[in-house]
Amino acid sequence: MAEVNLRQITKIYERTPAVRGIDLDIADKEFIVLVGPSGCGKSTTLRMIAGLEEASSGEIWIDGDLVNDVPPKDRDIAMVFQNYALYPHMTVYENMSFGLRLKRLPNAEIKQRVENAAHILDISDLLSRKPRQLSGGQRQRVAMGRAIVRNPKVFLFDEPLSNLDAKLRVQMRTEIKRVHRKVMTTTIYVTHDQVEAMTLADRVVVMNNGRIDQIGTPNELYHAPRTKFVAGFIGSPAMNLLPCRLVESPGGGLSILLSERLSLAVATKHVARYRPHVGKELIFGLRPEHITEVRPYTNGNTLQEFSVTLDVVEPMGMETMVYFSVNGAEICGRVAPNAASSPGETMQLSADLAHVHLIDPATELVL
Amino acid sequence: MATADTTVSARARARSLRGSLKRNRRWALILSYFFLIVFALFFLVPPFYMIVTSFKTNHEMVNLATNPWIISEEVTLKNYINLLYNTDFLIFLKNTVIVTLCVVAITMVISVLAAFSLARMKFWGSGFLATGVFLTYLVPDSLLFIPLFQIVKSLGLLNNYWAMVLVYPTLTVPFCTWIMIGYFASIPKELDEAALIDGAGYIQMLLRIFIPVALPGIIAAMIFAFTVSWSAFVYPMAFLYQSDQLVLTVGTVTSLIRADVFQWGSLMAGALLAAAPPLIIYAFLMDYYIAGLTSGATKG
Repeated sequence: MAEVNLRQITKIYERTPAVRGIDLDIADKEFIVLVGPSGCGKSTTLRMIAGLEEASSGEIWIDGDLVNDVPPKDRDIAMVFQNYALYPHMTVYENMSFGLRLKRLPNAEIKQRVENAAHILDISDLLSRKPRQLSGGQRQRVAMGRAIVRNPKVFLFDEPLSNLDAKLRVQMRTEIKRVHRKVMTTTIYVTHDQVEAMTLADRVVVMNNGRIDQIGTPNELYHAPRTKFVAGFIGSPAMNLLPCRLVESPGGGLSILLSERLSLAVATKHVARYRPHVGKELIFGLRPEHITEVRPYTNGNTLQEFSVTLDVVEPMGMETMVYFSVNGAEICGRVAPNAASSPGETMQLSADLAHVHLIDPATELVL
Repeated sequence: MATADTTVSARARARSLRGSLKRNRRWALILSYFFLIVFALFFLVPPFYMIVTSFKTNHEMVNLATNPWIISEEVTLKNYINLLYNTDFLIFLKNTVIVTLCVVAITMVISVLAAFSLARMKFWGSGFLATGVFLTYLVPDSLLFIPLFQIVKSLGLLNNYWAMVLVYPTLTVPFCTWIMIGYFASIPKELDEAALIDGAGYIQMLLRIFIPVALPGIIAAMIFAFTVSWSAFVYPMAFLYQSDQLVLTVGTVTSLIRADVFQWGSLMAGALLAAAPPLIIYAFLMDYYIAGLTSGATKG
């Protein structure tokens, strides 16, 4: 059990910076997920914590010890890899006990630890099998077992579910969460899948271009993104982002001009915040679930109706996604299953402006 | 009606496509078998001739009226008896076994360590060195033996079969290293990283992870080293001349060919007995050999 602290960590590969001075404090027993697109530096950060990559500068602290120059085996960490990295010539038992045997622990203790881990992961009946005789999900469990038996201070997961099919991925996600609750070890998990990040994490670290864009709970990131990147990256389908202009409206309020024909009034609670930006070209952000069909019994002055011609309609079962364009940009809305008109027809929609995000295109920060 | 016609014609097209694929496959198989049989016959003729001749009497061999492909007079073991009792064949065999075992051992130790460091412990100049190792293999032994003669002589090892233990690795180590580099490179990087985190050092990683995982490649390399060492001719021809130091390849030939007198029967018997050990080893380890070579080839 341990805290992990990163101080101004940088990694430069032959003049190309992969990680650009990040600071991160991970609390004891916390489940933290590093998420971001390919090449954002999340895996490099994890590998630096593991000791598999050397940090170009900065400090890595694990449980109060500076570990920059400590080899991986002495950092008391365990890592689960994307392709499992099981030793193909060893049985499951030998795979799980390999690290313990290298530490020369007594056989009885090794046996007990492996059996405990196997019990937690429900793989007790697989201990005598070789990795090639296991399914993808079972291999993943064994890889986790190998990490658990070491009883490390920190678990590191490097995109562990990427090689699994969609159904198994959901199942293993729950499994990982269950295991974390049982063993309560500080966990750092890297993924490019924001759904995985949101469902697993106590806190999510969104990385972009070698930097941390935002750290927060899944809810904070979803409802209060700080940058355009986070707003667009978190959430599926992604937040609608399109250029707009903020103007003064005749009644003293503010309006967001999305096109010549479409203008939406800013919700009263946001007026004071946005007033300094009147006249500026901004980016308008609104999540699909805040663009719905017109519902008769909803109240509140933040709802605004408008009419659009639908381009594409995607029934998903419990909801239907509708796509239309505004000024050339594609916008997605989420309506009740039977509420959508057909493609090419006009539909009356309602936008909840209480949830709008306005972004300064110069700084890409949410106002 | 139109729809029904379209469906029928689509089915007919699919049937004819399947038919043409079947025909193509049949022709491909016929051609493959034809060339395989020609190839097998071509390469099996010499061993067959060798077996037949080794059991013939001298009288039948020199009689041009007999069919050379069959034994028409009597089957005799005289050639084998002559080879085993009147020549130093058993000494040649002992020398060859000693030299080959030592060469295989030395080759494997050097090439596994070299390949592991070149494939995995990325260091300055490792890529250049790996290419250099392969280039060394391209220098033919018929060119190398002249400078090597000077070296062997200066070491006082002329006419000593231990010189072979020293010089054969110049032929075996580069190729074996090259095969092993390819094989080690095909082992996922995450395996070393998992081993590093598990607490293994480089030697433990090599002994407990790499060697067991790369066993097919190692066996392929061993078979190659064995074959080269067992069948080498130029070096022993150049460096050895007394019969107690000779190895099978050169010993058999020099004992059984005196000036223009060829003892064909015993020569064939000698060739057959000398070829037996590699044949047996190949037969048992063929699968490993192929797996090792192909893996090295695709990932090298």
